[in-house]
Amino acid sequence: MQNPYLPYPVRIDDITVEAEDKSLKTFKFVFLNDGDEDQFAYRAGQFAELSIPGKGEIPIGIASSPVEKGFVKFTVNRAGVVTTHLHNMRAGDRMGLRGPLGNCYPWDLLEGKNILIVGGGFAFTTLRSSIVYMLDPANRSRFGNIDVVYGARSPGMLLYKDELVEWEKRDDINMHITVDGTDDPDWKYNIGFVPPITEQKAPPGGADTYAIVCGPPIMIKFTQPVLEKLGYDHDHIIMSLENRMKCGFGMCGRCGIGKELVCKDGPVFTLNQINRTPREY
Amino acid sequence: MTLLTIDKDHWTQGLAAAADHYRLFGPVKEKDQHQFKALEKGRLPDLDLVNTRLSPKDLVFPQSEIMLTYSLDESREDHHIMKEAHTDHAPRAVVGMRPCDARAIQLVKLNFDTPDVKDPYWLKAYEATTFIGMACDTPLSTCFCTSAGCGPYNAEGLDILMMDRGETYLAKIFTEKGKAFADTAGWNQATPEAAEAFVAAKEAAEAKMVSTISTDNLADTDLLDLHGAPFWDDIAFACLNCGTCTFTCPTCWCFDIQDEVQGKSGVRMKNWDSCMFPIFTVHTTGHNPRDTKTQRVRQRFMHKLKYFVDKYQTGIMCVGCGRCVRQCPVNIDIRRVCELMNSFKPADACVAQG
Ligand SMILES: Cc1cc2nc3c(=O)[nH]c(=O)nc-3n(C[C@H](O)[C@H](O)[C@H](O)COP(=O)(O)OP(=O)(O)OC[C@H]3O[C@@H](n4cnc5c(N)ncnc54)[C@H](O)[C@@H]3O)c2cc1C
Ligand code: SF4
Ligand code: SF4
Ligand code: FES
Repeated sequence: MQNPYLPYPVRIDDITVEAEDKSLKTFKFVFLNDGDEDQFAYRAGQFAELSIPGKGEIPIGIASSPVEKGFVKFTVNRAGVVTTHLHNMRAGDRMGLRGPLGNCYPWDLLEGKNILIVGGGFAFTTLRSSIVYMLDPANRSRFGNIDVVYGARSPGMLLYKDELVEWEKRDDINMHITVDGTDDPDWKYNIGFVPPITEQKAPPGGADTYAIVCGPPIMIKFTQPVLEKLGYDHDHIIMSLENRMKCGFGMCGRCGIGKELVCKDGPVFTLNQINRTPREY
Repeated sequence: MTLLTIDKDHWTQGLAAAADHYRLFGPVKEKDQHQFKALEKGRLPDLDLVNTRLSPKDLVFPQSEIMLTYSLDESREDHHIMKEAHTDHAPRAVVGMRPCDARAIQLVKLNFDTPDVKDPYWLKAYEATTFIGMACDTPLSTCFCTSAGCGPYNAEGLDILMMDRGETYLAKIFTEKGKAFADTAGWNQATPEAAEAFVAAKEAAEAKMVSTISTDNLADTDLLDLHGAPFWDDIAFACLNCGTCTFTCPTCWCFDIQDEVQGKSGVRMKNWDSCMFPIFTVHTTGHNPRDTKTQRVRQRFMHKLKYFVDKYQTGIMCVGCGRCVRQCPVNIDIRRVCELMNSFKPADACVAQG
């Protein structure tokens, strides 16, 4: 019997500081044992449990993309006990990785469709995974137009800055980057919160267009009416929830909302599904 | 199914013989309470019980269980690599559990033994255990098993069901596991003609049940309507969030995972947890999706009486053992809650809200 609680041993290969205040770091892991990377076959939108022996385990969205081989990446916000410990670790340190867990963005459904991605703050991680996946030469033709509205508090808080610049240059993806505010006179992108920028820049909804939204609850709350106004149906709005988790595969009962378990039935749900569950997220 | 008669001397000898091959567990009386314990050699289960304070769920789902072990000593080759802890899965038997508790384990199995993922700790312990039930001739006033998909002579989840006939026990053997135990114990006096005694005793025991609930409307009532029903504040008013109801309940299975380190060696363990505790769902940001007492009380009852019903279509997640009713310090009674939920009509909500 396979033990789903047993993490794969991994080594931290590299750490990138993302945010100017150092609260966000991206950890690149490599598997210690041959074969484990193949076992850990994930899809964009899934998460994993990062496991620090002696400290605990936390669910984190997978920031790398299945088309990137040889490593797995996670971007972690320093929030409490385990994340603070992780932020203090160094390249070469060992820990555990359990997963992949949860469903993923509904790639079968999204095939052939236009995709609007709306992300705010560090919830952008699994959206990065999706963007890299869709932009991969082997996959790009499987999707229509790709629009990305991505916002952070300030320019320094934007994740994956080098990639944002690269994506900006491409003509097969429309980037709409925004910050809440900045005193940088050279700032050449948008200024404003994600919902109004979405209203200005996002393509209208329709049978062929899906929106994937990931961000802090307040952003989601104000983005939803904007998308409705733009004509997105509730089953064309896809969101990812983040309830408190432990086991990550449906047994500990912690992440339940109504009869759904966010770890197993989600974390990705359509707004239609969410509307049919109690507001406990 | 085989039917055996076991006279009480044989019963004692048989358990002694079985003890050489099985680790035995059973109800014993300590102070004035019965509880399930490992039976050291020669100790007999005390079958003259009403119902134990805690259920025997901890035999397959210990209150605290080590899952993984690891070393933090960097001079060791395997430092920081987690390994499955060794757990004893030698054959064991629980002797004298009630039919309600046996059914409860079957309901909990739906959670731990799923088509996609299995909990090896729960499942290996379950598979190693032979479940020997003692039919219940003295239901308490708080028992309502017959209206919770169960009954005092229910066999679901049992390998052997016994009934007391004074000088002798009658035992129904249902499974290979049960047969193996009876063989080991040397119980082999087949008495197929005694089947009627079971039927008569079952009817007599059921006739003694004084407490019932209705559950027939739960499946058809809309989940969000029930969630938004006006009675939750009233139900939750006195709740202390002490968690007693969840810890004593044989069908509650929620757990926590925690690391513990001593020196350089550490373990990762599984501990019972409760949706009644405020930190159960709190996010790191401080946001808590079930921040209020009412939300938490509602979660427990909705999980048992609605979410589970909708998810598994196998009735409610309650076997009517009455433990939570007897032990809640402020008398919150699932029977009353179930009546309110079952008789709820969304239109009532409009009336109640004016
Ligand atoms: C699907 C999903 C994806 C996520 N993706 C990301 C991501 O990509 N990046 C990111 O940065 N974050 C992400 N998060 C959030 C992340 O999981 C949390 O920030 C993280 O768990 C915080 O862990 P911590 O140990 O630092 O926090 P802490 O709050 O210190 O929690 C540590 C542990 O202690 C427990 N605990 C907390 N308070 C108490 C108490 N008072 N008493 C007893 N126990 C307590 C908690 O249950 C927790 O298990 C995601 C969450 C989910 C569910
Ligand atoms: S909810 Fe109460 S009555 Fe029902 S099984 Fe649990 S403890 Fe027993
Ligand atoms: S036992 Fe009673 S008081 Fe304690 S948490 Fe349960 S309902 Fe609340
Ligand atoms: S995290 Fe354990 S059930 Fe979802």
